[in-house]
Amino acid sequence: MIRYALTRLSLLLLGLLVASVLIFLTLRVLPGDIAQLIAGTNSTAEQVEAIRERLGLNQPLPAQYLEWIGGVFRGDLGSSLLTGSSVTSELAEKSQVTVPLGILSLTIALLFSLPLGVLSAMRRGRRAGTALSVGAQALAAVPVVWAGMMLVVVFAVWLGWLPAQGFPRAGWQDPAAAFRSLLLPALTIGIVEGAMLMRFVRSATMQAVGQDYVRTAAAKGLTRNTALIRHGLPNVGLSVITVLGLQVAGIIVGAVVIEQLFSLPGIGRMLVADVSARDLPKVQGELLVLTGFVLVVGFVVDLVHRVIDPRQREAT
Amino acid sequence: MTGSTRASASPARKAPGRRRFEWLRRLWALSTGRFGLIVVAVVVLSALIARFWTPFDPRQVEISDRWALPGLPHLLGTDGSGRDILSLLMAGSRTTVIVAVGAGVIATVLGVALAALGALTARWMRESVAVFVDILIAFPVLIIAMMISAVWGGSLAVVIWSVGIGFGVNIARVTRPELRRVLHSDFVLAGRASGLSPLHNLWRHLLPNVAPVFIVQLSWGMAVAVLAEAGLSYLGFGAPVTEPSWGLLLAELQQYITVYPLSVLWPGLAITFTVLGLNLLGDALREATDPTLSRGRDPLHPPRGAIRHVPEVVA
Repeated sequence: MIRYALTRLSLLLLGLLVASVLIFLTLRVLPGDIAQLIAGTNSTAEQVEAIRERLGLNQPLPAQYLEWIGGVFRGDLGSSLLTGSSVTSELAEKSQVTVPLGILSLTIALLFSLPLGVLSAMRRGRRAGTALSVGAQALAAVPVVWAGMMLVVVFAVWLGWLPAQGFPRAGWQDPAAAFRSLLLPALTIGIVEGAMLMRFVRSATMQAVGQDYVRTAAAKGLTRNTALIRHGLPNVGLSVITVLGLQVAGIIVGAVVIEQLFSLPGIGRMLVADVSARDLPKVQGELLVLTGFVLVVGFVVDLVHRVIDPRQREAT
Repeated sequence: MTGSTRASASPARKAPGRRRFEWLRRLWALSTGRFGLIVVAVVVLSALIARFWTPFDPRQVEISDRWALPGLPHLLGTDGSGRDILSLLMAGSRTTVIVAVGAGVIATVLGVALAALGALTARWMRESVAVFVDILIAFPVLIIAMMISAVWGGSLAVVIWSVGIGFGVNIARVTRPELRRVLHSDFVLAGRASGLSPLHNLWRHLLPNVAPVFIVQLSWGMAVAVLAEAGLSYLGFGAPVTEPSWGLLLAELQQYITVYPLSVLWPGLAITFTVLGLNLLGDALREATDPTLSRGRDPLHPPRGAIRHVPEVVA
């Protein structure tokens, strides 16, 4: 176990290194001169030179990279080109919207995909099972933006139950309003992500039905459903954990689009705005945090899976 | 499905004409395959037709005719500046097809190259390629697209490249073990023994045998490409505003969603059906080309679970 954890940890560190180098290099291959771009077309050579000096662009690439990474280790992700504000503090502020949104989305996705996925596998070949699996297939093909628009039409425009857009200015000072404004976005991401998860749960359950231990349990006198629930489902749960990492990545991506649709002041919307404005140092910091998060989640998921699954535990 | 085992056990080219298209017949026999083929055919056809003819000029602004309800002559109605929605959708399908095919080509080249590097080269090379692929897979397509757009600005090329890279890595990951497996099979060994060069062997024996796995992935990858195009165009990093695109149409119609919710239905349905078609086509291809999958009538051998390795979808 310890050995596995160490190997996996070194893979994570390698991943973070590769990711940071990739992000750094991609954002440095800008055709032309970043300093010139920032200064604008009618700037003097001295102004351009001053900007270059300020951003450290006149140093060699490895030195620039080391300086950036050194800052990251001290918790300094750089600062915005346009406003000069610290990326770290902005990320912390915006995460007050994005993190609850992500947690809520994941909860919704799990809440409906687990029971429905198992049900659709158990009712396979019958009308309910077919309807559920067709529904999951169709929902998984829906673009998140459009799902959000449809939900807005139904719940905000027609029924008027929830706000169509925005986040209360007071933020979490007004918990009820904040929660209400996150509900529809989270429902959107949760439904689309949940549909994908549901297909996975369905196939994992079907795999479990065919396993020898479930058949043995059934042969010993348990009903097919009891056998499946008692002996099959723990294994379904295990395989669901393995895809949770992917789900989290999916939710981050979904949040980028959905925050735009619902005008939520979160990390995703900030990233979109910064990419449009070509605020490269800020984008660099944000992308590092997002990919780093995905890599860390993958690491944690692998470790948890290893700890929970008794077969894997004995293997090492 | 008798005889299917033999036919697809070696999808080698030696079989004469009729046999070669055997898999297509099997594909058509599956309801999902039929649906997928029809949807793909409709989208491709409308893209081809839109090249020469659309019911109305999709760029034609007709203020007097704005927000027409579905009916005649505007079958799906018009948008806020009186443009015919059906024509916009047909023109947009061209963009969709271009993105899907472009991303598919890049993903294929990249995926096969990485898989071959990860399966056929010296041990240290193999292992490091595998680790590299495992790391790259953590980059969602949207993040790659943002990275590229931050530097070069948004365009359709950004969408094509980011999906191509994102999915190519994925194809490499799925194809590599398959390639390793086939590598140790007798016919490859026989090919090597009879003096085929490694490249020739790869082309002649290895690739045809991993092709099924890979075509299935490609079909799913194109579904991701369609979703990515819509999502990125919606965010403003995809098609330029002058270009007809389903994602852009969604973004434009969104402002009027409270007043004219119906109009936003059509581009969404177009995207959903295309993605669903490609997804089901992939599922059906897997079922039609994989002889080890049982058809699921036998309660002791239910269909093997579809554990899909799809990178995270953008939108």
